[in-house]
Amino acid sequence: MRIKWGGLALALAAMAVSTTVHAAPPSAAMLANACGGCHGTNGVSAGLSMPSLAGQSKVFFIDAMKKFKSGERPATVMGRLSKGYTDDQIVLMADFFAAQKSQNQTAAVDAALVAKGKTVYANTCKRCHMENGREFEEDTPIVAGQWLKYLQIQMSEFQSGKRKMSEKKAEKVKSLTSEDWDAVAHFYASQK
Amino acid sequence: MTMERRNFLKLLGAGAATVSLAGCATQPAVAESTARKVVVIGGGYGGTIAAKYIRMMDHNIEVTLIERNDHYVSCPFSNLYLGGILPDLTSLTIKYDGLAANHGVKVVQAEVTGIDAAAHTVTTSKGVFKYDRLVVSPGVEFRTDEVANYDPEIMPHAWKAGPQTVLLRKQLEAMKPGGTVVLSIPLAPFRCPPGPYERTSMIAMYLKQNKPGSKIIVLDANPDIVSKKGLFLKGWKKHYDGIVDYRPAKKVTEVDNKNMSVLIEGIEEVKGDVINIIPPQKAGHIAHVAGLVGTDKKWCPVNPTTFESTLQKDIHVIGDSSSAGAMPKSGYSANSEAKICATNIVALINGKETVEMSGVNTCYSFLSAKEAVSVAGVYAVNKEKNAIEAVAGSVGVSPDLSELEAVYAQSWLKNILTEMST
Repeated sequence: MRIKWGGLALALAAMAVSTTVHAAPPSAAMLANACGGCHGTNGVSAGLSMPSLAGQSKVFFIDAMKKFKSGERPATVMGRLSKGYTDDQIVLMADFFAAQKSQNQTAAVDAALVAKGKTVYANTCKRCHMENGREFEEDTPIVAGQWLKYLQIQMSEFQSGKRKMSEKKAEKVKSLTSEDWDAVAHFYASQK
Repeated sequence: MTMERRNFLKLLGAGAATVSLAGCATQPAVAESTARKVVVIGGGYGGTIAAKYIRMMDHNIEVTLIERNDHYVSCPFSNLYLGGILPDLTSLTIKYDGLAANHGVKVVQAEVTGIDAAAHTVTTSKGVFKYDRLVVSPGVEFRTDEVANYDPEIMPHAWKAGPQTVLLRKQLEAMKPGGTVVLSIPLAPFRCPPGPYERTSMIAMYLKQNKPGSKIIVLDANPDIVSKKGLFLKGWKKHYDGIVDYRPAKKVTEVDNKNMSVLIEGIEEVKGDVINIIPPQKAGHIAHVAGLVGTDKKWCPVNPTTFESTLQKDIHVIGDSSSAGAMPKSGYSANSEAKICATNIVALINGKETVEMSGVNTCYSFLSAKEAVSVAGVYAVNKEKNAIEAVAGSVGVSPDLSELEAVYAQSWLKNILTEMST
């Protein structure tokens, strides 16, 4: 009896090796799930400085990954990880995250800065970051409800010149003060 | 391929039933198992995610998570508690209620005592559980027989976070100024390759701030620093010059608990006021009991696509216990492997085609209270070699110590623990 079961186990073990050599190429979910450890399940981030990817614009996601890959956008780990994916795989991930339900950030915002940010937004940002940052145009991201700390890091990188801007954006924002930048971050983060 | 497999399984089921009827009435037959049941052993970085994602991907599969404790303390970031950055282990502790409430995972707090691969059962202190597929994610066990006289109550390992971490911190707090800490690092592979060097940094920071004149002697069994070498050396020179005494190729083989000393290769004695022995490691105990460990007698060989054991059918091994090719033994690897394994378990149970793996590792180490460094990479199967390899160009470490990476590291912790517990 014991011998028979042992032989069976061996036969099964051999089969386990041989049956799974042929597998489909990595699916969108397979690729995107691997991002979840840092960006949260289905791209809904719980980390203050880590952007949510759920519901993000497909065009923006692809553009951001390409800029991480080329080094055009400053990065820490994303400069390395982006190089692990083909252009086609990046499109699959972009589709996956665009289809996920977004959730608003929950960090406290400063009401005075939100009010100030609203004015700066109306005067400066509105034409590209439409509907208070809820809609997007071409390669602009959806920023409404994004994590405050993440937005603040991006704002400071734009201001310092570390993160490059389009000529159009650079022209628009050249008169903004540090407080203006921060106020817009609070404004976007406050959006539901 | 899948059809052939299913037919073979049918034949096999019939065969097994025949054997059972003819030979032994009490032997459970494989063929009677038509329910869709997955049992997961171990509620750490791998097991929690495997359980959750299987339920997310197929609500018709019943998933039982068996874990001996009612909570889990994260090893990642536990060095920050030793360094004095974290006041306690609360922020590193998760419970399992969220997985039960949000995903319908059946959580059983019990000790696993045996696995019967042929009968597809797991025996525990709270009864026997039947499975169609089993996920084994037990973490590491220590090869204490390779360090003579080793007693973790005197020289803690603190390599499983919890009481051991608290003990080591208490020993550091009680040490007199001008004292010596000895840290022993085992030969690779071990859980968390940069971990011992982060620990060196955090203990050095604690000594610098709290115990003037003290130092830490690092006895590394490896010929050199295993991970993020240049960055650790830079950080130690910048912050802990004269405090960190790093000595490569020094393998601790014996300890003297009364004299508080360690012996290198049985000859060279090094004394310490506090001694932290990280023993050499192997797959978790249950993996050995279940016959999942390979010829090296340490780790579990697995199919790189499904993480199914190459030794026992329908049993998958993920996390530190598995031999996952180029993927390091890290918390993030376990998280990523769990999702790959879950995806393919769901495919196999539903008779669908499996999906090639795409894995990620992202791992941060703190050098000081405000600076961290990272290693990150993407992993895929090399089909010719049938092995997991790094995708060319994707694996690398930070160019320098970074305050921004320390900020991102905090979000890493928050997100990965949230994934595991909600």
